[in-house]
Amino acid sequence: MIAGRLLKISDRGVLVTLAVILIIAILVPVLHLLVPPESAFHIPAYAMALIGKYLCYAMLALSLDLIWGYCGILSLGHGAFFALGGYAMGMYLMRQIGSRGVYGNAELPDFMVFLNWTELPWYWHGFDSFAFAMFMVLFVPGVLAFLFGFFAFRSRVSGVHLSIITQALTFALMLAFFRNDMGFGGNNGLTDFKDILGFNLQASGTRTALFIATCLALGASLLLCLAITRSRLGVVLTAIRDAESRTRFLGYRVEAFKLFAFTVSACIAGVAGALYVPQVGIINPGEFAPANSIEAVVWTAIGGRGTLFGPILGAVLVNFAKSWFTSALPELWLFALGGLFLAVTLFLPKGLAGLFDRKAAGGRRAVPAAQPEAAE
Amino acid sequence: MDKAANSILYLDDVNVSFDGFKALKALSLIIEPGEMRAVIGPNGAGKTTMMDVITGKTRPDTGDVLFAETRDLTRLDEATIAELGIGRKFQKPSVFEKLTVGENLALALAGNRGVRDALFWRMSTREKARLDELLEIVRLGAQKDMLAARLSHGQKQWLEIGMLLAQEPKLLLVDEPVAGMTDAETETTASLLKSIAGERSIVVVEHDMNFVRELDVKVTVLHEGTVLAEGSLDHVSADNRVIEVYLGR
Repeated sequence: MIAGRLLKISDRGVLVTLAVILIIAILVPVLHLLVPPESAFHIPAYAMALIGKYLCYAMLALSLDLIWGYCGILSLGHGAFFALGGYAMGMYLMRQIGSRGVYGNAELPDFMVFLNWTELPWYWHGFDSFAFAMFMVLFVPGVLAFLFGFFAFRSRVSGVHLSIITQALTFALMLAFFRNDMGFGGNNGLTDFKDILGFNLQASGTRTALFIATCLALGASLLLCLAITRSRLGVVLTAIRDAESRTRFLGYRVEAFKLFAFTVSACIAGVAGALYVPQVGIINPGEFAPANSIEAVVWTAIGGRGTLFGPILGAVLVNFAKSWFTSALPELWLFALGGLFLAVTLFLPKGLAGLFDRKAAGGRRAVPAAQPEAAE
Repeated sequence: MDKAANSILYLDDVNVSFDGFKALKALSLIIEPGEMRAVIGPNGAGKTTMMDVITGKTRPDTGDVLFAETRDLTRLDEATIAELGIGRKFQKPSVFEKLTVGENLALALAGNRGVRDALFWRMSTREKARLDELLEIVRLGAQKDMLAARLSHGQKQWLEIGMLLAQEPKLLLVDEPVAGMTDAETETTASLLKSIAGERSIVVVEHDMNFVRELDVKVTVLHEGTVLAEGSLDHVSADNRVIEVYLGR
């Protein structure tokens, strides 16, 4: 009864979120394209890109919720999968530049010409193809997560130890991508993008299409996570989160379930990164910074983990606040974020999503009280 | 392997030590198919370590642990051993508190444990019937949709026994099922276990002598990691060494 109700509330939250995403996917493009710029209701291109960016972050938070909220795996390096997806998209966008670069070299991206490279490294081949690049957006984060998870979960690394290793993973990737001879543009990363699928990235139509694609991807990821968490697999994940060794004694291969969730989560994060890059126009090694991954954890916690819609809400609200603060009171932002995190941890252990639960269940506490627990 | 003939569980000369402390010393134990056995012994006698060895949580230093005459349990992991048909109930009730009673039992239902099966699983009518039957057996029919966290201590123990049964194990390892139970609950638990025995083998580890008397089965007394005495409860309670271990201090 109670669980049934909680489930429904959580599902309702997901449904409302899906509806809101759909409305945004229609409303924002309409206000951007059809309302004249003089109107107060017009949404300028930069604002649409900003909202698009928030939605990409929301996807990252959602992917974290799948493993942290439902399976108890706290990844402090999920930004790595986001950034890898972003780099895969960035490489495609670099190839789209063709001979329009500063050096006019049709074969090599500018930064390679600058480094006196004579030919394209083998791992850049194939990125001329959009389909191949999109495959790599899923494949690279997925394979890395699979390999990492395979060894970590098989060795039964969990809890804080796992969190620290994920943190080390993203840090190591950051250092690697900073190096010029890695062939990913070093410090500057990949930028100066021109086209996607032949459409000008600066054009209103292209930007709108990217925005709608982001909404659809977020909605699809949310449905995917909903399907996973509502299946028996989701019940097993919850069981692993709450009592891992007990689940093992029931005959479930815990590492296989964790690996599945971790890999799916990394793929979602990769797609989020891929949609992020064309909207912000750059990807550089800074995206691998451990602080980014930790921030994503904060959004998820503030929104309310284990609810799917909470982290989406958390990511959007926190980033909106960040945008406002960093322009209005830039020196106060980190204090505000820290304070928010503390306040949520102390007063809203279930995050913002917990507010809805409480409201919906409020006044209906007339659940038959459990018999007092016998002394052990 | 002939020595293990006609046994569901066969332990021979099993030794386990932790940092020099010998938890099990040349432990030997044979359980026949369908038998219910009570294992008693003072704290630190090695009862829980014995369970850990059988379920694959702890690897013995030396010794044979065979299941159903042929399967060497010392080489298998927990999940494989559970799939073979050995179910374990822990000392503390360790049901999944954030899941409902029904979900707890459904998780334990015998069936495929793979990731893909779990993703596309739908409960069949047969499984539904089995679930209702189990709820009936452990007297939790009315609590099916209640979060397990809200059950009383005794109900949690029963739910856990129900989960054990749901796995349809050949051998049940039950660790202190009546700790913290009221007398009435203890009695119910004893009749519950007795009704299960016969088709399945059961090893019950227990402190509560009244409960062991109620079970009325062969008793093994463990002390300092080895078997001190074996036989009916009356027989072992007449044994001088048992009296010394149990009553002498």
